[in-house]
Amino acid sequence: MSDQSSVGKPVSRLEGRLKVTGAAKYAAEYDAPNLLYGYVINSTITKGKITSIDTSAATAVEGVVAVFSHENRPELPWLDIKYADMDAPPGTVFKPLYDNEIKYNGQPIALLVANDFETARYASTLVRFEYEEEFFETCLDNNLEKGRDAKKGIATLLKPPPPAPTGNFEKAFENSAVKHTAEYLHSTEHHNPMELFATTTVYEGNGKLTIFDKTQGTINNQLYVANAFGLSYKNVRVIAPFVGGTFGSGLRPQHQLFLCVMAALELKRNVRVTLDRKQMFTFGHRPQTYQKLRFSTDENGSITAMNHLAIGETSQFEDYAESVVTWSHKLYPAANTLLEYKLAPLDLPSPLDMRAPGGCTAMHAIECMMDELSYKLKMDPLELRLRNYSEIDPSTGKSFTSKELKQCYLKAAERFGWKDRNPEPGSMTRGNKLVGYGMATGIWDAYQFPSRIEAIITKEGKLIINNAVTDIGTGTFTVMTQVAADALGLPLEDVTFNYGDSQKPFSMFQGGSAIAASTASAIIIAARALKKKLLKKAKAISNSPLKAAAEDDVMFKNGTIRLKKDPMSVVSFQEIVASNNGRPVRTVNMGMPHAFKLRKYTKATHSAAFVEVEVDKELKTIAVTRAVSAVAAGKILNPKTARSQITGSMVWGISKALHEETILDEKLGKYINTNLAEYHIPVHADVNELDVIFADEPDELINEAGVKGVGEIGLVAMPAAIANAIFHATGKRINKLPVHFDELL
Amino acid sequence: MNNFDYQQAASIADGIQLVSTNNKAAFVAGGTNLIDLWKYRLMEPELLVDLNQVKEHHSIEEKEDGSVRLGAFVSNADTAYHPIIEKRYPLLSKAILAGASAQIRNMASNGGNLLQRTRCYYFYDPNVPCNKRTPGSGCSAIDGYNRIHAILGASDNCIAVFPSDMCVALAALDAVVNTSGTDGERSIPFSEFHRLPGDMPEQDNNLRHGEIITSIDLPEKGFSGNYSYLKLRDRHSYAFALVSVATGLELSGDIITDARIALGGLAHKPWRINEAELFLKGKQANAESFAGAAEILLQGAKGFKYNSFKIELAKRAIIRNGLMALHPEQQLPGARPSA
Ligand SMILES: Cc1cc2nc3c(=O)[nH]c(=O)nc-3n(C[C@H](O)[C@H](O)[C@H](O)COP(=O)(O)OP(=O)(O)OC[C@H]3O[C@@H](n4cnc5c(N)ncnc54)[C@H](O)[C@@H]3O)c2cc1C
Ligand code: SF4
Repeated sequence: MSDQSSVGKPVSRLEGRLKVTGAAKYAAEYDAPNLLYGYVINSTITKGKITSIDTSAATAVEGVVAVFSHENRPELPWLDIKYADMDAPPGTVFKPLYDNEIKYNGQPIALLVANDFETARYASTLVRFEYEEEFFETCLDNNLEKGRDAKKGIATLLKPPPPAPTGNFEKAFENSAVKHTAEYLHSTEHHNPMELFATTTVYEGNGKLTIFDKTQGTINNQLYVANAFGLSYKNVRVIAPFVGGTFGSGLRPQHQLFLCVMAALELKRNVRVTLDRKQMFTFGHRPQTYQKLRFSTDENGSITAMNHLAIGETSQFEDYAESVVTWSHKLYPAANTLLEYKLAPLDLPSPLDMRAPGGCTAMHAIECMMDELSYKLKMDPLELRLRNYSEIDPSTGKSFTSKELKQCYLKAAERFGWKDRNPEPGSMTRGNKLVGYGMATGIWDAYQFPSRIEAIITKEGKLIINNAVTDIGTGTFTVMTQVAADALGLPLEDVTFNYGDSQKPFSMFQGGSAIAASTASAIIIAARALKKKLLKKAKAISNSPLKAAAEDDVMFKNGTIRLKKDPMSVVSFQEIVASNNGRPVRTVNMGMPHAFKLRKYTKATHSAAFVEVEVDKELKTIAVTRAVSAVAAGKILNPKTARSQITGSMVWGISKALHEETILDEKLGKYINTNLAEYHIPVHADVNELDVIFADEPDELINEAGVKGVGEIGLVAMPAAIANAIFHATGKRINKLPVHFDELL
Repeated sequence: MNNFDYQQAASIADGIQLVSTNNKAAFVAGGTNLIDLWKYRLMEPELLVDLNQVKEHHSIEEKEDGSVRLGAFVSNADTAYHPIIEKRYPLLSKAILAGASAQIRNMASNGGNLLQRTRCYYFYDPNVPCNKRTPGSGCSAIDGYNRIHAILGASDNCIAVFPSDMCVALAALDAVVNTSGTDGERSIPFSEFHRLPGDMPEQDNNLRHGEIITSIDLPEKGFSGNYSYLKLRDRHSYAFALVSVATGLELSGDIITDARIALGGLAHKPWRINEAELFLKGKQANAESFAGAAEILLQGAKGFKYNSFKIELAKRAIIRNGLMALHPEQQLPGARPSA
């Protein structure tokens, strides 16, 4: 390790200045000559058919170039498989402008292209559609009986169906000393990152396109565009260096990409399509989910039986599934389990992953259930968790690669002051506020994806790392630069990390909290190979002081290779490149998960959240006054960017528990609060003290970097901790999220 | 957004002339509501007449009779932080600061605040029935999601609420709205400015097309000794009121000698009932008295599927805000409930 090793240090974002000065360019900000602007037209009915389209008034407007709809769309391969992106759930992928069928309200049904955005938006209001409406169903609550098993497909790899039942749930539940049954309902949530979805397509001619897109996966979208439009892969380049938040919304190519590329190819022009805020409510969302839990314990609080049923909403054309019911048995041992997951297809767009999909839904229910049991058992809620603590994964019997959840519980409880809690609901007060303490557990996957790294030492002796990965605001650019710098013993300024470009070597999309582990491990592997190559070349230099050196004899420091024993014996990277006829020294390596070795283990991150709420005695207004989260996620590469992932997730937890919901009018079959004035997310006044603790969790098994990822785990425990704190304050259980304060009246 | 012409009114008379003769013309002041309505296609003016360049009505002045005149073109922020308002009408200041965001308050004008339109979800969606937007088309809210809707003074045609915070305080303070139009100048008592929906929900207030709000007069009595504004909503800032209460008290010892209570978030206009205030006169300033007033204020309240909670919540809010008015120095930012 060099003196200036930077992994583990709170390095500020390297691109921070560009972002706060507005110099960072996002997909909708790239200029191209004679750019045309497309505006998406959305269906105003929920289900049925378009019977006619009248574009005459729109095309009469000066500056309107074209209106694309199913009537005049270009001939394209209409095979479903051609549209299946890497994250497509089983079913029939949605193909924009395919035919006259309306499958959901807000469905994109036309693209109007004009010389400027304002004209496009205005003229789009003049296109007249006639519809034949059909009966629709959009309300999950009314359609629970339609729940059926989810279809299987590629996506099932990351989101396996529930495991088979164990033991005999009904009998064990019946015979247990303590049991509880409860239902939980979650509202729809929509993705509302600050940056709106946008694509700028530069038509390069000769079937070549350069696409600036808002996405979590440059290569995913490159493949999608090439397949859907019959272009060769190498002719489609997708670029996304800056992405203004995505949280899952950019895992799949969104319809503005398809429509923008279609228009560019048809018109042979540069085209930009930007969605407006209202249109952010016309695609994927976190699904409404109904859950019913029945848990029982013996008189000592050891869980005897667990039944977790979840019914989620999906569209009529794709089976979007989440891992909802798989978590309880990964956390708590029980001899009798019955885990059931169903989907109810409704006339809505396909749901889409949103930060900790399934996990935060499930853990709300599971951890509120644990709280209920703790009261029935007259046992401290933390004590109940510890009573059921498992060092191995009870659902498989496998060991964890590492699990420092106990450390999370104890450190967070200590920092929070949990011991001061009087368990009696409503017993703690502050003026005319009831004070509640609640806690909950979090668990999330620790994935690793394959990733390919190109590593280059330039003639200046500097390091370049190339990879197609995006940085969706998580700090990937900064953290990967740190990892690369340390791996080669270089200062940060001597490392350039090029990313966000499908022309760079392969990366999966940035999702599932997997990228830190995937890219960092691949960089470490690539650096190892590069070091080998550099040493070999250094030894080959005539009169090389390293002639006899083996790998173990040398260290890499500040752009040089030195003998450990005799640091004056030095060869610099510059000399090596010079001896290489001035050609940069380059390696390309694939980082793969150690699938075989890891077969024997379960990989997971864990967390514990402790929350204090104040509830007004008469008016019942709720405030989350402070929260402590402790997170066990392997090695923390950069405590500053990691902390901001966790605090951001904790705010999301407040949002999920108290604010965020898209309201569906079931009679109209559409969402009605589709703007940021009425779609509530927390503002500063809703966020108070947030404290983050990272547990020490060395993990030599999981991957080269010892990293698990922190993008989602911070959210998982928060909603239940808040709901439990509200119960502690008021004695009322509100199992529907978000909690409206008036339900406490 | 349609193409449109833009003109700056050189004077009030010029503005009246430009708009009253063109029914596709609209005034703009801060634009914070108008631009949204336009983008949602609820209005598509062909001529926009900017009032900001009119020389007069940009100041706040004390008049000889002790009243204070708020220029219509003064921003909500400048009004809230004006020394005269902070000193003599802190209730108004608190109510303004409980609304919107700092950025919006910087742009929003006093005249425009009175004319902001309802936040009913369905009103903003041109593709669904709404009597206020498209008279005769029906009301989607009555049998729809009506959590934010009215429990007082609603009609079968419309159950929307008027969303302003500032106006709740203005109603409590007995403000007078001064206007200028083709028929000359009018001074409209605040209680007569906004309308109940009745069978004409499309009409929010009694201002005529082409008529300009020039100023708002605040009578001398400002209840600066004992006042409180309480706003209850789904987040602690930057959300419209589910229930809000403006209370001003005059006390002699602990006996109420004069009282004003206006409610927001409950009706198509700020809600005031004189009997409730008369009831309080001569009573002790305590929870029991405020509870009595609350009963009177909420008489005839009718809840719908999702908003019945407002009846009980409003009663509790009236009581709490009465008590909060006894300790105005404890007011929290955002008009949150204080001790
Ligand atoms: C996201 C958001 C949140 C908000 N939250 C709140 C809140 O919590 N509480 C609250 O009280 N308000 C809130 N507001 C509303 C805000 O207070 C109003 O939009 C603002 O007061 C309107 O003033 P304006 O000058 O911008 O009006 P404009 O938008 O310019 O005009 C509004 C209407 O009034 C007309 N008009 C304007 N001035 C005059 C005049 N002098 N004479 C005649 N006609 C005139 C215009 O023609 C137009 O029809 C919010 C607004 C937004 C966008
Ligand atoms: S309540 Fe009024 S504004 Fe809302 S839908 Fe009904 S008529 Fe329209």
